[in-house]
Amino acid sequence: MSTNFGSKRIVTGAHYGLRDWLAQRITGALMALFTLVVLVQVLLPGPMGYDKWAGIFAAQWMKVLTFVVIVSLLVHVWVGVRDILMDYVKPVGTRLVLQVATLVWLVGCAGWALQVLWRL
Amino acid sequence: MTTPMSKPRPGPMKLTDALQYRLPLAGVVSILHRVSGLIMFVLMPFIIWMFDTSLSSEVSYERFTAAFSVGLGPLPGVLVKLVALALIWAYLHHLIAGVRHVWMDVAHSVSKEQGRSSAVFTMAASIALTLLLGAKLFGAY
Repeated sequence: MSTNFGSKRIVTGAHYGLRDWLAQRITGALMALFTLVVLVQVLLPGPMGYDKWAGIFAAQWMKVLTFVVIVSLLVHVWVGVRDILMDYVKPVGTRLVLQVATLVWLVGCAGWALQVLWRL
Repeated sequence: MTTPMSKPRPGPMKLTDALQYRLPLAGVVSILHRVSGLIMFVLMPFIIWMFDTSLSSEVSYERFTAAFSVGLGPLPGVLVKLVALALIWAYLHHLIAGVRHVWMDVAHSVSKEQGRSSAVFTMAASIALTLLLGAKLFGAY
């Protein structure tokens, strides 16, 4: 049995951090692409108003894309804020509370956004 | 490599001392990358509120646009626009600084001079686009 959990957890070494390093880049690229997709549709000819705006997110492919982006945002923000907490909040109890609060905040926001998406 | 009679180690630098060092532009871009991310994190409910209100119905869309002119509850429209401007800057800086990271990864553009020039580009582009979009937001065109 491997003894690398709890107080024996190793936080250095081969591949450590690779998953999150890659996750930030992949989720970032997806969100940048999404920004472009939305921007192009907004800039298409026609007056900006509710019909045009709601029309963009009503298409099924757009709903799927937006869903993927919301999940990407969740991962991206978690890694980012967790890194900030790791850097500045040394007391473990305080950091745990803040990490839980962060996750609740993020999951709540994601849930709300998904609800908006699927009402259309 | 121990010196005889070595002093005790000083430990982590105090923030008040650290701030006395001049941060290179690449350092400014870096800390602003973190700050811009945090700003967007804190304002996430507002962002989702905008998403919700603008998309739910024609009536709510009117309420969405009204937030930027008439205001939102006790907050005047100008304040809502300023918050939106902060979000615009935060998003632009975070995106461009993020692309700079990927550029460094892909092109191995990691010399001091390359770091400086890409940092100049990041600051210039993000601020210029913020001013451009801000002018639109505040009704200049």
